[in-house]
Amino acid sequence: MAEQYAIEMLNITKRFPGIIANDNITLQLRRGEIHALLGENGAGKSTLMSVLFGLYQPEEGEIKKDGKVVQIRDPNDANDLGIGMVHQHFKLVECFTVLDNIIMGVEPTKAGFLQKKEARQKVLALSEKYGLKVDPDALVEDITVGMQQRTEILKMLYRENEILIFDEPTAVLTPQEITELMQIMRNLKAEGKSILFISHKLAEIMAVADRCSVLRKGKYIGTVDTDKTSIEELSAMMVGRNVNFHVEKKPAEPGDVILEVDGMTVASKVHKNNAVKNVSLKVHAGEIVCIAGIDGNGQSEFVYGLSGLEPLVSGRILFKGEDVTKASIRQKSVMGFSHIPEDRHKHGLVLDYSLEDNLVLQTYFQPEYTNKFGFLRRDNIRKKADELIEKFDVRSGQGAVTSARSMSGGNQQKAIVARELDKDPELLIAVQPTRGLDVGAIEFIHKQIVAQRDAGKAVLLVSLELDEVLDVSDRILVMYEGEIVGQFDPKKTTQEELGLYMAGAKRMEVQA
Amino acid sequence: MLLLIQYMLIFASILILVALGGCFSEHSGVINLGLEGIMVIGSLGGALAMKYLPLTIPAVPYVLLVILCAIVFGVAYSSLLGVASINFKADQTIVGTALNMLGTAGATVAVKAINTAANPNDVSSIIQYINPKKKFLINMGGFEFNWFMLITLIVLVVAYVVLYKTRFGLRLMACGEHPQAADSVGINVYKYRWAGVLISGAYGGLGGICYILAGVSEWRFEYGAAGFGFLALAVMIFGQWKPHRIALAGLLFGFFRALSNVYFGFPFLVKLNIPGNIYNMMPYIISLIVLALTSSRSRAPKAEGIPYDNGQR
Repeated sequence: MAEQYAIEMLNITKRFPGIIANDNITLQLRRGEIHALLGENGAGKSTLMSVLFGLYQPEEGEIKKDGKVVQIRDPNDANDLGIGMVHQHFKLVECFTVLDNIIMGVEPTKAGFLQKKEARQKVLALSEKYGLKVDPDALVEDITVGMQQRTEILKMLYRENEILIFDEPTAVLTPQEITELMQIMRNLKAEGKSILFISHKLAEIMAVADRCSVLRKGKYIGTVDTDKTSIEELSAMMVGRNVNFHVEKKPAEPGDVILEVDGMTVASKVHKNNAVKNVSLKVHAGEIVCIAGIDGNGQSEFVYGLSGLEPLVSGRILFKGEDVTKASIRQKSVMGFSHIPEDRHKHGLVLDYSLEDNLVLQTYFQPEYTNKFGFLRRDNIRKKADELIEKFDVRSGQGAVTSARSMSGGNQQKAIVARELDKDPELLIAVQPTRGLDVGAIEFIHKQIVAQRDAGKAVLLVSLELDEVLDVSDRILVMYEGEIVGQFDPKKTTQEELGLYMAGAKRMEVQA
Repeated sequence: MLLLIQYMLIFASILILVALGGCFSEHSGVINLGLEGIMVIGSLGGALAMKYLPLTIPAVPYVLLVILCAIVFGVAYSSLLGVASINFKADQTIVGTALNMLGTAGATVAVKAINTAANPNDVSSIIQYINPKKKFLINMGGFEFNWFMLITLIVLVVAYVVLYKTRFGLRLMACGEHPQAADSVGINVYKYRWAGVLISGAYGGLGGICYILAGVSEWRFEYGAAGFGFLALAVMIFGQWKPHRIALAGLLFGFFRALSNVYFGFPFLVKLNIPGNIYNMMPYIISLIVLALTSSRSRAPKAEGIPYDNGQR
């Protein structure tokens, strides 16, 4: 007898203008298993799940539940079939309470009036049973991201869903919250729920999933048991080649000082104290200096001060010996600053502009792109855009004219990297350049950063990922509460040692 | 003094009714700038009812019929906003502005046409309702009780209960805050936005007929609603989109509006020798000041003004 699956997606094909998002994909979820769906950004994971959830209709293929063909036309159909989803971006109404969010759509009512009492009891019972701590009366806008996610999970459980989809659930969580979530998923599995876990984080998949299906560029690659595979094999399946987890680079040959920061102090927007306190450092040509630290210790503000996004309270910035403390962002950009910002949506791209316009955001005024009458030279812009898209492998639906908003996060980041590196900067400031990206894209960006260094540029990298800090940098500075508290050689230190300085347990006097 | 309270209550009633209309629409996610126009069309409906209904009908059914007529006109007119901004995803601000311009102009044209049809020499845009108006009033020893005061109180309580105690209210507000979230749990966002807009049409129509019955015994439709629709928007914002606070805000604005009608009844105010125009300006000046001071802290429904498109989820 054929094996009984909780849900089967057979030969699903879904096309969008200019792109085949899912090309003949088959995914079979057993009852009571945690099944990971692995793929790079843009591999088609989210599209496939949207098809399962009734948000998109596939052109070909069928979906079976318990062996029977079913039609899923909208989220209500999915809900009726017991399919629930925790979306990557939570679907919670911020000014409602946790309880209101959970019951929304399936409110218990008497003559149209809400009966919250019984709903509350049911929620509390579920929260007890699965170890999902929430405060039902708290407003969603006041609770932590972790509790918001637990609210989303309770939404599914309240509806008695049997098939639970988690779309990139760990992207927004702290390490402790990730550990908790893993335990919750195991509890759910123990209660007989079937879980689809979408991720591109291999370690998490190995830790929690039973089986793993891999997608690449919209195609189905295969399904493996996690206890019979390795991280290396999974990553090779995902990107289609062997991935090097270690960055290959030769020893640094630091040259002249390019950037010198002297006693920089920057005010904080969230509290009264200064976010950056009297920080001095130097970055030489041909070296990668990395600022490590736990998020919120002044790294962002330091970069804001450096790039000109925030004014300095005091201090000086010297660029190749010239004082640029008061220089405008445009002046710095023209002098040879490049900045890959932390928040790519806020400071990196104009989301509603096309890809090509985003690629010339800092150079559009140059004679190459603007003629003497002030009109844009669209032909040259297009030529440049096509060149960069090709060189940096920026994938999008319609090429140069795609709106930036419609691109995947990884490709948006590649576009920013392309723009900043193409300026041929003297100094590259890269803040969390690989955040939220998959291994293939991370490897690519790391290579680009090292290539800049080898070409004799100065690189200042700010990162929260210790792996990245240790792999990529030539010199590590640890920032704690707005001050530099340690300087390390990445070859002579460990994650544990850095951790002590990042947590403020140790500090040293630094002449950086 | 009694007169001041009487005027304050009636003006507050108008503002509260219309502001509640805006409140329903905005909680569903549609900005209704067209309240002014909806008021005019609602008042036209009510005025026509009073012109043609025989006075022999007893007071209670007569009042109800006039009100019903105003509501029907208001709802029908607000459906223009629904079609344009929900189905065609037009810019809500522009649609609202268009509704305002069309409201006054359309009503004027309609009334002029009716007047000339009855009497070729009469090209005014005036409808008289001297006798019908009496049916709306009960004299209680110097205090003219107006049916609209009671209606407003009822409608206010109903609005509060509907928004905060019912399934409909929860879903409506979800559509104005986070329509994608509502959609993901199977709530039909379009349906709830339509409901919000039509309810605001009903409240706007009701406020309109209340407005033209508040003072005079005839209405010249060129005057529109004299900015009361906008004042009501200010009341709504000052009331933070919450019915109970809208009621308080309405009373405050109503007080200043009433003052301009009756200030000469207070000797100490007359002694101040402030020109009457200043009192007339008061509600508008107050709304400017209040909005300037409070708007930075105000919390509008998050998704209002953004057309919902379930293809983009």
